[in-house]
Parts: sequence; C-alpha cells; structure tokens
Amino acid sequence: MIHSLFLINCSGDIFLEKHWKSVVSQSVCDYFFEAQEKAADVENVPPVISTPHHYLISIYRDKLFFVSVIQTEVPPLFVIEFLHRVADTFQDYFGECSEAAIKDNVVIVYELLEEMLDNGFPLATESNILKELIKPPTILRSVVNSITGSSNVGDTLPTGQLSNIPWRRAGVKYTNNEAYFDVVEEIDAIIDKSGSTVFAEIQGVIDACIKLSGMPDLSLSFMNPRLLDDVSFHPCIRFKRWESERVLSFIPPDGNFRLISYRVSSQNLVAIPVYVKHSISFKENSSCGRFDITIGPKQNMGKTIEGITVTVHMPKVVLNMNLTPTQGSYTFDPVTKVLTWDVGKITPQKLPSLKGLVNLQSGAPKPEENPSLNIQFKIQQLAISGLKVNRLDMYGEKYKPFKGVKYVTKAGKFQVYY
Amino acid sequence: MSAAPAYSEDKGGSAGPGEPEYGHDPASGGIFSSDYKRHDDLKEMLDTNKDSLKLEAMKRIVAMIARGKNASDLFPAVVKNVACKNIEVKKLVYVYLVRYAEEQQDLALLSISTFQRGLKDPNQLIRASALRVLSSIRVPIIVPIMMLAIKEAASDMSPYVRKTAAHAIPKLYSLDSDQKDQLIEVIEKLLADKTTLVAGSVVMAFEEVCPERIDLIHKNYRKLCNLLIDVEEWGQVVIISMLTRYARTQFLSPTQNESLLEENAEKAFYGSEEEEAKGAGSEDAAAAALPARKPYVMDPDHRLLLRNTKPLLQSRSAAVVMAVAQLYFHLAPKAEVGVIAKALVRLLRSHSEVQYVVLQNVATMSIKRRGMFEPYLKSFYIRSTDPTQIKILKLEVLTNLANETNIPTVLREFQTYIRSMDKDFVAATIQAIGRCATNIGRVRDTCLNGLVQLLSNRDELVVAESVVVIKKLLQMQPAQHGEIIKHLAKLTDNIQVPMARASILWLIGEYCEHVPRIAPDVLRKMAKSFTTEEDIVKLQVINLAAKLYLTNSKQTKLLTQYVLSLAKYDQNYDIRDRARFTRQLIVPSEQGGALSRHAKKLFLAPKPAPVLESSFKDRDHFQLGSLSHLLNAKATGYQELPDWPEEAPDPSVRNVEEEDLSLIETHVGLLGEYTEVPEWTKCSNREKRKEKEKPFYSDSEGESGPTESADSDPESESESDSKSSSESGSGESSSESDNEDQDEDEEKVRGSESEQSEEDGEKRKTKKKVPEGKGEASSSDEGSDSSSSSSESEMTSESEEEQLERASWRKTPPSSKSAPAPKEISLLDLEDFNPPSVQPVSPPAIVSTSLAADLEGLTLTDSTLVPSLLSPVSGVGRQELLHRVAGEGLAVDYTFSRQPFSGDPHMVSVHIHFSNSSDTPIKGLHLGTSKLPAGISIQEFPEIESLAPGESATAVMGINFCDSTQAANFQLCTQTRQFYVSIQPPVGELMAPVFMSENEFKKEQGKLMGMNEITEKLMLPDTCRSDHIVVQKVTTTANLGRVPCGTSDEYRFAGRTLTSGSLVLLTLDARPAGAAQLTVNSEKMVIGTMLVKDVIQALTQ
Repeated sequence: MIHSLFLINCSGDIFLEKHWKSVVSQSVCDYFFEAQEKAADVENVPPVISTPHHYLISIYRDKLFFVSVIQTEVPPLFVIEFLHRVADTFQDYFGECSEAAIKDNVVIVYELLEEMLDNGFPLATESNILKELIKPPTILRSVVNSITGSSNVGDTLPTGQLSNIPWRRAGVKYTNNEAYFDVVEEIDAIIDKSGSTVFAEIQGVIDACIKLSGMPDLSLSFMNPRLLDDVSFHPCIRFKRWESERVLSFIPPDGNFRLISYRVSSQNLVAIPVYVKHSISFKENSSCGRFDITIGPKQNMGKTIEGITVTVHMPKVVLNMNLTPTQGSYTFDPVTKVLTWDVGKITPQKLPSLKGLVNLQSGAPKPEENPSLNIQFKIQQLAISGLKVNRLDMYGEKYKPFKGVKYVTKAGKFQVYY
Repeated sequence: MSAAPAYSEDKGGSAGPGEPEYGHDPASGGIFSSDYKRHDDLKEMLDTNKDSLKLEAMKRIVAMIARGKNASDLFPAVVKNVACKNIEVKKLVYVYLVRYAEEQQDLALLSISTFQRGLKDPNQLIRASALRVLSSIRVPIIVPIMMLAIKEAASDMSPYVRKTAAHAIPKLYSLDSDQKDQLIEVIEKLLADKTTLVAGSVVMAFEEVCPERIDLIHKNYRKLCNLLIDVEEWGQVVIISMLTRYARTQFLSPTQNESLLEENAEKAFYGSEEEEAKGAGSEDAAAAALPARKPYVMDPDHRLLLRNTKPLLQSRSAAVVMAVAQLYFHLAPKAEVGVIAKALVRLLRSHSEVQYVVLQNVATMSIKRRGMFEPYLKSFYIRSTDPTQIKILKLEVLTNLANETNIPTVLREFQTYIRSMDKDFVAATIQAIGRCATNIGRVRDTCLNGLVQLLSNRDELVVAESVVVIKKLLQMQPAQHGEIIKHLAKLTDNIQVPMARASILWLIGEYCEHVPRIAPDVLRKMAKSFTTEEDIVKLQVINLAAKLYLTNSKQTKLLTQYVLSLAKYDQNYDIRDRARFTRQLIVPSEQGGALSRHAKKLFLAPKPAPVLESSFKDRDHFQLGSLSHLLNAKATGYQELPDWPEEAPDPSVRNVEEEDLSLIETHVGLLGEYTEVPEWTKCSNREKRKEKEKPFYSDSEGESGPTESADSDPESESESDSKSSSESGSGESSSESDNEDQDEDEEKVRGSESEQSEEDGEKRKTKKKVPEGKGEASSSDEGSDSSSSSSESEMTSESEEEQLERASWRKTPPSSKSAPAPKEISLLDLEDFNPPSVQPVSPPAIVSTSLAADLEGLTLTDSTLVPSLLSPVSGVGRQELLHRVAGEGLAVDYTFSRQPFSGDPHMVSVHIHFSNSSDTPIKGLHLGTSKLPAGISIQEFPEIESLAPGESATAVMGINFCDSTQAANFQLCTQTRQFYVSIQPPVGELMAPVFMSENEFKKEQGKLMGMNEITEKLMLPDTCRSDHIVVQKVTTTANLGRVPCGTSDEYRFAGRTLTSGSLVLLTLDARPAGAAQLTVNSEKMVIGTMLVKDVIQALTQ
C-alpha cells in the first residue's frame, strides 16, 4: 500500500525519507513541488497527485508536508488517515511535530515508522502499543541512557499487540488513580449581516486523561444523552451498550485519548453567546473610510466570555487602519491585510468597541469585496449544548479512583458576514 | 562534496548520493566531518564489543539512511551484528538490512541463518519479528526459504505470528509471482482463521495476490461479517472494500425492483388519502396487490453485511466511515442509503485533506441521490477560511443539491460568495450560478439579471467569467435578450480576457439579427484590432465576419474581406486555414458554387444550447472512496466493481457446517493440535485465559452462531425476518427507524414534504391534461401573455368547462369523482421565506425525493408556466374556492380583503363568502384538519351554525403564507361533507403597504442592488398611460403603498412582506411614447421576480 514516505519542510527540503518496499528515488517529489508551485498556497496543494508511475498522497500538518508514495489502488482516506496518525504519534512522543523535533529524534522516528507499517500496511498504530515498544524520550532517560548505555527500545515485548484490547498496555500501575474528562464544545456558526444565524451547530469532544492501574472497566453516563446527535467513538467503546442504554462503557487506553466526538446540530438548540455589530463604509472618490465594530454578550448562561479575538480580513486595497479600541489591543498587518483585535473579557457594563479610519491606496476605487470576520472566544465551566455527565462507575478493580469532569465552550468556525 | 558536510546537513535533499554523512547529532557530526575516512571509524565502532559504541554507530547510520544518504559500503560491518544481544542494536541492524539487502544480495545471505533460528524461538514475538525481517529482505534466492517460513507460520499457534505470516504473503508475491498458487493455499488457510488479529491482514493479502478468487470468501463470509466490528481500523477498511465487491457478485440488486416498489408505495399513499376522503379501505386493496408481483427478497447474508457495517459509521477513523459509506451507496436499498449522509457530513469537520476526499465523494453521490444530503445543505456552506480547493468542491455540492425548493437560499448564499476576496472562488461561483440557472428554469431570469449586474464589476476576471456564463444562458432563449447582447457588445471595448471576448463575438454573430445595427460596428472595431488579438478571439472574429456577410452583406462585405485577408497572413495556421475555408464557403465563386449556396445553412444552423453538467456526473462507475474515483481514471491495480448478477448465485455456498462452529467454540482458539508440545503450554494457558476474557470486553463479538443472534438488536433482526413485508411495504418505514433520533415534528414535516412532491407529480399530470394555449405557451413570454389575457376575460363569461378547469387549477377537486388530488402545492413553494429558525431542515422521505428526481425532467418545462398560472387570480376580485356543483349546492368564494388581520399581523386576511344554492340548509360550516406545508398556518373562522337555502354568509380567516405562494390546503366541513379546498395567494397579496418618504425609499433601494434588483422593460399600452390608471393597476396587482415622487413620470411603491417583513420596492419609470421600465428591489428574489411578471401583465393588457 504505502510505498515510501517523505517529510518535506516549508522551504522544500526533503529532510526524512523512509521506504517500506524497494527504494523510490527522491526525484518523485518533483511532481509534488510542481503542484505546490501551482497551488501558490500551501493549503491548496491537492492531497492526491497522479504521476506517471506513482501516486502521491500528502497531508500538510504543522508546517510540514508528509508525502507518501503509492503504486496501486488504495482508498485515499486510508493513507490520509494513516499519515495523520503518524503526525499525531510524533506530537505525542516529542511534544511537537516540527522539523527540529523530528531531526533531533531521527532514530526514534525511524523506529516508530518501522513499527507502524509493515510492507506498507499499518501494523501497530495505537500509541499504547508503540510506547511499550519504543519509549518516548525524556531528559532523565536520555541522561540515564548515556551513562548506562541502555536504550530507548523497550526490552519487554509488546504484549498489547497480542491482546484483543490493543489500545491498552498491560500491567499499568499508578499510586494515584485518577480519571479526568474534558468536555469541550465548539460552536460553528455563520451569522449574516443582520445578525441572524444562517447556520449553527455544536461540535463537541470528550477528551479523557485516564491514569488507572490494572484493567479498569469504566462506564460513563449522561444526564441528557439524547442531545448527542451524531457520535463517533474511540474503538474501546462498546457500541451495543451505547445503542441500547446510551451509556459509554469501555476499558480505557492508558493516558490521554479522545473518547468520543459528537455533534449537536439542531439549530434552535444552539445558543450564540456573542453578538457583533459592525459597519464599514468607504466614501466615494476618497481614499478613506470608516470602520466600526462592537461586540457584546448574548446568551451566555451567566458565565463570562473570555479570550475574545476578532480577526478581520480586509480588502486588498486597504493600506492602513487607524483605530481606537475601548478595550484590548489591535494589530493590523499591512501585508496580509489582517486586522486582529484581542479583546479579552466582556463586561456587560461597557461593551468593547473598535472604531476608526481605514486608509485605502490613493487612487484605488472603493473595494467591492467585503471583509470577512472571524471570532474566537472561550467560556469556562459551560457546555453550551447543556450536556452534563451524570456519573462515572468503575468495575473490575478494587481501588477508588479520583474522578473529575471539566467543561469548556469555545468558538469553532465562527464567522460573521459583512 | 565532503569538504562541507556541515553545510550539506542543512541543505538536506540537495546532497548527492554517495556523500558520506554522519549522524544527526551536530556535536558528533562536527568531530568527524573533517575526516573522509569516517566510515572506517564507524566500522571500528561496530567491531567493538561495547554495545554502547555499536548503538552509537548504528544510530548514525540510520540517521544517514533517513536523510537519503548512501551507507551501503558499511554493509559487511553492519551485517555482522545481526545476532547482537542488545535489542536496540538488533532492531537498527534490521532497519539497515531491509534497506540495503536488495543491493547487496550475496552479503545479505549471511544474515539468513540468524532469522531461520529466530523462526524457531519459543517466544512468539521473536518468531514474528524474524519472519517479518526475513520476508522483507528482497533477495530472490531465499524465496523457497520464505515460502517455507510462511507456511509454517501460517499454522503457528500464536495469532500474532499468523498475522505476520499474512503480512509476508504479499511481500513474497511481489518478489516472485510464480509462487501464487502456493500462496493462495496459505491465504485460504488463513482466511479460515477465527481471530480478529489475522482477519484484516489476510484480506489485505488476498486483495493483493488473488482478488479474483472470490470463491475463497464464500465459507468465510459470515465470519468476516461478524468479526468486522472487532478488527482494527485498517483491517476494517480493507475487509469492507473487499466485501463490497463480493456482495456485488453474489446478491441481487436491491434496487432492481425499486421502480415497482415505488409504484406500490405511491398507490398505498393515495389509497390512504382516498380512505380519508371517502372512508373506503383502498389501502387493503393496494396491500393485497403486492404479493401478486414477485417481491424482492434480500438475501439474509446481504442483510447481515449491511447490519454489521452500520455501527462502523460511528468509527473515529475517516477511512472506515468512508468505506462503510461506499458500501451502503453501492449495496443498500435506496431507502437505507440515507444513513450515511450524517456520518459523511461529520467528516467535514476533519482535516482539510479528509474534507477534500469526502467532498469529492459527496459530490458524486449527490448527483445520484440528492435527497440524501438535502437536509444537510447548510453544512456545505462555505467559510472564508476554507482553502480554495475545498470551497470549489463545496460549491459543486451546493449546486448539485439546489432544487426548486431551496434555490432561493442557495442563491442568497452565492450572492455572499460573489463578494469574496478569493477570485478563483468567485469565478467558480459564477459558473455555479450558471448551472443553477440552466437546471432550474424558475430562477433563470433572476440569475441572468444578477450576472448582468456583475458585468459592471471592477474585477476583470469576474466580468469575463460572467460573460462566458451569460453566453451559455442566452443560448437557451436568445430572443428576449437583445438588450443583454447589446450590453455585452459595449464591453468589447474594455474587457481584455480572451475567452470573454470570444464569447461576446460568438454571441453577436449568432444572434446578429437581434442586434442588426450594432453587429457591423463591432466587426469594424474588431477588424481594427485584429492583429493584436489572441488566437481564440481571431477565430471568432472570422466567424462573426462570415455570419454578418451572410445576413447583411451590404454593410459588411468590405469589412469581411479585410478581415479574411488579414487572417490569410496570420502566423497561426489554424487561423489561416479557417480564413481560407470561410472564404470559399461564403464568397460565391465560379467553381465552388455548390457549397456556398448552402453557406447560410452551414453557418447559421440553429445550435443546441450547451448543457452545463457537473464534472462528477457518472463518476460512480468507479467504486466510491477509491483512488480511481478521486482521479477519475483507473489506477493501477483497481478492481472493477462488478454489476449485480441477473440471477443470484447459490447462497448455500456460504453455509458453514454447524459442527465446525461448535468445534471452534470448545477449543476457544488455537490449541487443539498443539497441546502435545510441552513448551507451548504456558503460553497456551495465557491464550486461553484471554479467550475467556473475550465476552467481557467485547460483547458484540460474534464468533459463533448462537451468540450472534442473541447480540443482534431486535430492530434489525425483525427487519431481516420480516423483510418481505417491510421492504416492500414502504421504503419510508426503514429509513425512519434509522433516524429515530429525529424529533416528532420533524417527522411530520417530512411526511408532509413527501406528500408535496407526490402531489407535485399529480399536479403536473393535471396540468398536462390542460388543452390548448396554456399548456403549449409555456416556453415564451408572449405565450403566457396570451394565456393570461384569455383567462383574465372575467369569470362570468367562462363556460362551464373552463370553470371546471380553473377549479382544478386552483387545487379544488373538480368533482368528487376525481378525488385523488385533493390538495396540491404550487411548484413555487418558496419555503425559503420562512424565518431562519423554522427553516425545515428535515430529511425528506427517500421515496418522495426519488420521485421528485424522476419528475425532474418535467420541472424545467413546467416552471416557466407558473407565472401565467398566477395571473388570473391577481387583483382583488372574488375568487372561487368551491364551485356549487362540486360543493353540492354550497358555493364558496374568497377575496383578499387587504385589511390587516386582527389576530396576527403576519397573516393575510381572507374573506370567505358562502352561499347556499341547494334546497336544504347547510349546517355546521367549519374548517377541518388541514395538512399545511411547513411554515404556513391558518387562523380559523368561527363556525357558521346554519346556512339556510338561498342565503349567504361571510367569514374572515387569516392565513400566514410565510412569504411564499404555496397554496394553503384545508378542509371545509359541513355536518355531512368535507371538501378539500385550497387558497393560493397571488404574490401581490403577500405584502402590506408601508409608507416612506422619497429619501427613505432611495436609501433602501440603494441597499437592495445586485441580485436583489430585477429590471424589466415594457411598453405601456395607450389605455394605461394616465397616472390614475397606472397607479390603480399596480395597486390592484400588489398590495403596495404609493411613495411620493418628485418627477411626474416615475411611480414608486413600497411594501413589506407579511411574514418576514422584507422590503419590496417597486419603481415604474414611464418614458415618452409608452416605453417604461419596471424595477423591483427586494431581498426576496423570487417574490421580486414574480411581482415583476404580475405587474407587467397587469399593465400591458
């Protein structure tokens, strides 16, 4: 399936290559560079490129291209999904998936890639198994290794791979047994110029951090499971239990993982926590215009909205902006024409606003395109859909774990039309 | 090269092969970099006894390999360490070995014996890893050893080793394809394996080695289906894709009888309506008719596959979701395919590469099964932050999903997109508008107007794209658009994009009779600039010259000759060729007279309008989700998706003997034949324990027959049991049970929608029956004029027959006998005009949409007819609701009173006049239950207790039409009878006047430009040139208020739509000699378009 993998940085250097079958020359990447040049923007490089003898399937993650070489028919998503899994693994191992981190740990990277694919077909992709096979680098370990000459490769053999719960390693032991769940919801919305909602839905995930000894069997139940419109599960979840009882029942992997992601799409359930009033006007035959934007809380369930950032992509003819914020600070990048206003918290007494002048290139006609406006915000201790975890029960082990649930709501792709 | 290794380290790939390279560690790299003989150094390190030095050396070597540097000269030194005790060194040696063995085959053989020893190791993991490396060494000499090792490993007791054996099969096959037969034997053996660990890998091997040996799957089919949910994600993808192909060869198409089924469903549907109307149980009859036709019975194994893959739609892996989606798309009955839409839409939140692939597949699916994605229309809305390639794919999907109902919403979105900063995307949007316009006749004029507005855009690319699209649209109805062609002709002075220039020239040439005065002038200008034009433009100039020469030779003869002689000496041979060819054709000469006589026919033949089609049409002959589908070309190794067989092959081949299963159960894995080997026992105990654990952590595990049936949920079980009834009964039932999460009321909406489209169909049939003028006049404006004038000729003079016909137009049953169309809904159901919150996003029933799709062909021709339909009811006169014949003596009329309805300001108040012409009193007149389309609501009138013979009474009711001209259907009940009636409002009644000053008017108008503005030219007849009459005619047609106006020849009117309160501004600019221009500005584009038509009709007759 996957023949070779090339890692390429933004400036077009191939800094790592790995082949699972016969060696494919680096020159195959020229087709990729060609496509990249044509696309102009890194985001627009087509993920699948057909070349005379091979197919290139690539992903773009963290300013790196992962380019895989394929020779025969394979579902493209299979490869894309795998490449993302590789990037996730690097992230997991090195804390970041960057060129520097990969170069610093090139041997571990190679060992990982060797284990993840066999003859181009995925072999071990679960982080729990991989960590048994190859220990993630830590400062302490590298010091110890350099003194004792011991290695990063686990000398115990990966029993996880043999079991039917490949996601959990055996013999986990903790002195403090803890299980934490983060319910994170993101609001995706499109708001039209009059302030009414064109489209809104909530995308939620439950991320878990489980540090429990032995083989705990957990079940997590919700106060209002019917809210969840469309759910996707970590493979550890027993589907039938969910179907029949709406309870998440699972033997968790060890460590951090995403338990479920879900969607609440019924539009009337989506409360929009902020509103934006904005106007932009250009005088005819003059090279300046007025810009005005105000932001305020709407349905915020009595919580404070914080971390608000407003990003506006201004038309190309805008030369500069001269604005005064009543709160926070703003920057305008005259190259990318992006206005960023870091608002911070909203206090209902005084609504933050940003007003001022827009300077256009002299002589340029009044722009016809509209700016687009994206908003980021965060609300702590609130799941905007109203989802509530009811209880967490543990079976199979004797000890009493410490349990915790945290809620947070964020803006996802939150866009306001001009 | 070696002088600057530190430099080359930064340069990465630019360094040539053979360049020596030290490790990634900058410090050590620095130490050794100056020494060219550092390979000796590494060799030295490898030769020591210290593991730490060996490790260090190996790490540097691996780093070199990773950078793509050649380290092959170290081969002998490295291979020596293959038996090293240190596990990390060993692993790195393996990495090296696998990389270079192919190049140094002889030396590689040195290592083989180590692996052979490893194959016999008591530890299963060492056995597996030895096999893995051995099979990865691509050295042909060891093929026999590999074959032996694989065979042995395939019957190893450890499933992990067997999995490794499965992985090794394709490796060996690629090395030596002669081994195929032996390998197939191994595959057959491994396919019979009962563990989830092996399943994915062996199917992978099967796909690579012998995908054509479908017979190997039979015995394992059920097992694979049952294991599927517990196989790891990668294996799931491969198995699902293989099973899709398998099912296509073994089962009958679930859709082959769909047409029959649909018919039946339809029948049952009408049956139930009739039942309501007459109390007759015709449903039973319809049901009884079913068994008479040979019903399609789904093979239980087919059902098993569908049932067992469905939960995987909720996998976290996009690849698995896509695999299941394609399986359902290719294998499931129409009614069940809908379940995949939700999961696919979920993937749109994922990484942009995933979105890219998913959208490509959705685009293909949405052409075939539009109804499936319609409820998720808004999920495909485009954000400014999307990458352009995603935007364009989403646009494709939106265009595919656009239909009569949602087109206003879609167009409004498009309008936002046009103002985007991403010019490629704007161009794509313009094309999308063009496609919507060709597909949906109703909005063609609106789109055309919008595109013409874009011609004044400042961006040249936008203008050029608009020109190209306008050209295509004009080709469909050139007669009415002389104005636009003139406008385009003016553009030739400014626009530089060659494609656009060529399009304009072609248009002028093709329709030169519509612009007789401008065309020669354009040719004159083009002749002047001929030499500087692009080739494509030059060709069109020649074309234009030829056409003008044929139609208007007096004015253009010289110009044509000039152009042709310029072209004769052009550098491009195509152009020279064309010029020569054209000259021979059009200029009559002595010899070649025969052709030139027919020149006019050749050049000015009517040309069919181009069909704007999706590029994703017919892509579904590739298996969805495959690479070939994505590239729209057959990729190497692509397995064709076979067609369904005509006759189902024998299903018994999949039967597995019961005994066999029980045997497996008692052994619970693995060990029956191995127990005699003592050293395994420890291991086997562990295995056994694990097997016992199994039910604990995976309760869906279906290894054996009995547990399977216990596990399967009752719903799907019953589905498969009572297949014949549920499958044929109605497609809806199963699709609804799939969406059980949906709210009750949503389902209701869905129900009503399905009725709508059924009735749409019915209505079309009715329409077709209409004789003379009205039916045929659909295509042209003149036609609709004539039809309206004939119908406008007052009700009183209408013959009985005509009245009946009109009654049927107005959705009243003409008589109780032809009851099956008790209520109908206009084609122009403007559902979009609901406020966003009540927007019906409910999934329409599958049956109805497929029906709608079938009827799509009709839609195009029918929709142009709609305006003429509306015209007879315009004005405030009385309209008939129920004819006295149909009402058995009860005659009902209604008028739009135009007074605000007291109960609810959003309602149109309707006065209903009852008169009793029978000789018995009519008692208990009231409104019955009504089945209203989404958004429409009715406020009833108080019950009229009794109406004596000869008496009449009047009642007031309110209807909220939700800013659409959909008919409100309701029942009118007396004590004894029920009548189905419907009121369809003319568009003018959907608004209420507002009063504003001239300045306000101008300001508001300024905000509603672009697509929101619709302008038409008209000629005012002599009879209607006085102020008074004009104002009266306009206000009669539409409930608008007059706005004071400074100039005498301009009339302004303003109103707001009742439900949403959107402004409707109407301006009539009368010029001398009867010419006039009518402009309507409204956010509601469709209301605007219809209003323009109505008002023009009222004014011009």
